[in-house]
Amino acid sequence: MSAFTGITEDSESDKEAFTPGVEPQPTWCPGCGDFAVLNALKGAMVELGRSPEEVMLVTGIGCSGKLSSYFESYGYHSIHGRSLPIARAAKLANPGLEVVAAGGDGDGYGIGGNHFMHTARENHDITYIVFNNEIFGLTKGQTSPTSPKGHKSKTQPSGSAKDPVRPLSLSLASGASYVARTAATNPRQAQEILAEAIEHDGFAHVDFLTQCPTWNKDAKEYVPYTDVQQSDEFDFDVSDRREASDAMYDAESRLYEGEVLTGRFFVQERPSYDAEKRQTGEMPEQAVAEQYFDDSVEWRRAADGLLEKHT
Amino acid sequence: MTGETLMWRIAGGSGDGIDSTSQNFAKALMRAGLHVFTHRHYPSRIRGGHTYVEVRASDEPVRSRGDGFNFLLALGDSFARNPDDEAYYGDEEIKPLSENLDELNEGGIIVYDSGIFEDEVIESLNLEERAEENNWHLCPVNLREIAREYGRDVMRNTAGVGVTAALIGMDTHYFEELIGEAMSGDIKEANINVLQSAYDRASEFEFSHDIEVPSGDHETEHGLMSCSHAISYGALDSGCRFIAGYPMTPWTDVFTIMSQNLPAFDGISEQVEDEIAAAALALGASHAGAKAMSGSSGGGFALMSEPLGLAEMTETPVVLVEAMRAGPSTGLPTKTEQSDLEHVLYTSQGDSCRVVFAPANVREAYEQTRLAFDLAYDYNVPAIVVYDQKTQGELRTVPLEFFDRDPSPELGAVMTEDELAEAAHDASGKFKRYRHDVEDGSNPRSIPGQKGGRHLVTGNESQEVGHISEDPDNRKAQMDRRLQKLKSVRDRLDSSDESNQTFHGPDEATLGLMTWGSTQDTVFEAADRLNADGYDVKALGVSDLMPYPEQEVTEFLESVDECLVVEMNATGQFRGLTQKELGRFGDKLSSLLKYDGEPFEPREIVEGFESTLDGAEPPAGNLVLEPAAGD
Repeated sequence: MSAFTGITEDSESDKEAFTPGVEPQPTWCPGCGDFAVLNALKGAMVELGRSPEEVMLVTGIGCSGKLSSYFESYGYHSIHGRSLPIARAAKLANPGLEVVAAGGDGDGYGIGGNHFMHTARENHDITYIVFNNEIFGLTKGQTSPTSPKGHKSKTQPSGSAKDPVRPLSLSLASGASYVARTAATNPRQAQEILAEAIEHDGFAHVDFLTQCPTWNKDAKEYVPYTDVQQSDEFDFDVSDRREASDAMYDAESRLYEGEVLTGRFFVQERPSYDAEKRQTGEMPEQAVAEQYFDDSVEWRRAADGLLEKHT
Repeated sequence: MTGETLMWRIAGGSGDGIDSTSQNFAKALMRAGLHVFTHRHYPSRIRGGHTYVEVRASDEPVRSRGDGFNFLLALGDSFARNPDDEAYYGDEEIKPLSENLDELNEGGIIVYDSGIFEDEVIESLNLEERAEENNWHLCPVNLREIAREYGRDVMRNTAGVGVTAALIGMDTHYFEELIGEAMSGDIKEANINVLQSAYDRASEFEFSHDIEVPSGDHETEHGLMSCSHAISYGALDSGCRFIAGYPMTPWTDVFTIMSQNLPAFDGISEQVEDEIAAAALALGASHAGAKAMSGSSGGGFALMSEPLGLAEMTETPVVLVEAMRAGPSTGLPTKTEQSDLEHVLYTSQGDSCRVVFAPANVREAYEQTRLAFDLAYDYNVPAIVVYDQKTQGELRTVPLEFFDRDPSPELGAVMTEDELAEAAHDASGKFKRYRHDVEDGSNPRSIPGQKGGRHLVTGNESQEVGHISEDPDNRKAQMDRRLQKLKSVRDRLDSSDESNQTFHGPDEATLGLMTWGSTQDTVFEAADRLNADGYDVKALGVSDLMPYPEQEVTEFLESVDECLVVEMNATGQFRGLTQKELGRFGDKLSSLLKYDGEPFEPREIVEGFESTLDGAEPPAGNLVLEPAAGD
């Protein structure tokens, strides 16, 4: 029997269960897109029958990092850019957990870019939500990795000379097996996509457009949006890497021309990292975290077979 | 212990099998009942470059490299043997011979491969003249020819061992046994023929020398291993089932041993993108309920500063290993130094709250790694085991019964679901993980997935259930509580029957030697010699670096008139730490420092001590003496 009875097959819960009953109230600005992520995540968890005690939500630093404070679950508010390595190890140590990592575009595509690339490559069975507001919000409006070329800020006073990161293409090239973009202005699609991402076996990356009305655009600038799955203009196979790549290129380029393209861009069925690792014999049958609570485990020692080669 | 000790140095090109040959040689001596110690020197290259290993053996325990060495087996550098490459490699090929002569003791034996070192080379080194001056015995043997006759060029190593055995009067059956265990069929046959033929060939040399291999006898079975093994075995026996790392010399050793064994121990090893990730993974796994570790060497450890601070703030237990090498920056990648002490103690922003141990040898490395896991998980703090290139590379004999211990797979300060049901929660049902009112400072934690345990952990200052808080009173209470854990750790260590500090020499001695970590056992050998020479000396080897063993060091320093602090760095970091922690003794403490990449020889410490005391000639070589500076 599991030592973790918070982990259930199917639980009846509602959004209230994922809402802290007391302080803190969100400190996000009125009109901030981050509220939409919080709502969509709660909705997705309810839809999937998850309970707060089986969810581990790991966040980075920034306005987005506050998500773990306003969402009721086991939370790990970590450091800037490092949510992914913490999240993926937690999942390896206890695969029963539902592990979600979240952070901003600076957190994920800038300072944590190396972890993003490798976590995608390894296809860990976790969900990664990037709050993409094209700006550094909490530090008061500096240019971020997804800010458009020419973006002026206090730290780029003459306008940024850099092309922005292409997050969807980067994710695809790195090896993510589920890549989608949604927007705070489209809550219904956001919840659907988050639910799919959480259900997906493998690394699911959701680039979530979250308007920052204080330092960048307000919600108006993310409407109208187009769902690429609903649009006649886009007819591509989400399991085809080349077609997905073209669609991503369009979505990334056209965002800076004022056109918001959202939806699923790439969905691939391939074994997640823990499954691959189990194949090579380097992943234990029994979760590491369970072993410490299981009295029937016989703890092997170095003296049990490792010393002979020293004689 | 100098006259009767064999100090055999095998030198050749990196990639020539010097390491494996020396290990087999050392094992044969161990099987013959002797205590063995090896000292390893190699360049930062995959192949090529001059490398050597020293093997010191005695019927008494050996715990340090010796003073120089007395037997040289110069194999020549096979990487430089391609005549077409001569211009590129220059004089590389003679280095295994030429570069090893300065430290060869008087009366020593030189065996060299006359198939590699041609007559002109030998002449250019004035070898015969120097041999006469130093009373060396020259033994040219065409090892390559013997190897080719029965097998292949690479078997020159085996031929060299055969010659050695003949000259020191050692039976070859231990070598044959080892060959038989490692090889089979034609290869085995060929090696044994090479060994025997070389042995017979060497019998031609007729000279008398003082080097003897004493006879020994181990009462119980011994094994030959380094501190890397001891650290890894300590971790496994503590129930560590998760490691994450990134390769870096010399840390790679522990990472490799753990990675090779963890799957069979139902554990997980992860090689990841960088050291920030490595330490962060260890935190993630630990938070989710695994006993976890990571580690690196100086530069990689620098990248771990952030997760290390996060572990202190979130009170996530983790064990990190820091395998020091000479810095700053890339420094001397394959050479030893103890210059990361301050780095390990203070890296990461804010006030440090970590446990740091520096073991000196195989036994201490095992014990202190286990203690690091115990304390990390009992107090929810990071614990760091610091060792270095020296103790990573040196092999020692240790009785195997030492490892016959019970495992300790307890998760430490962790709540069960039953306990959580009774524990304090806030109005929304969050578990109060960070309560102010715990006596020893340490709160038990809950593990994600446990019913009734959900809470938030954060790198921000937080209140009881983990929510971010900037309230000044809460801040002070939480800081005080976290730091209280170090005081609790110190109390526990002080009240334990076993101390991590090692005292050596007569209690009533009035002169002191003090050191930390890997230099300890060489200092102890020096202390023995000084006492034999009529000085009145005792020595202290310190392993607890944080929390500092104030009581034990104070008692030691109060009992001596003067104390020489010996360490491998340029700024006397351990002496500085001692003065900072104790706030006194500045007029008693002088320093003997070495930072040229090579560990101390016992005689260097003896000479350094004598010069400090008598104001005699400053010691030769790359040693630095710094007088006491006062408080």
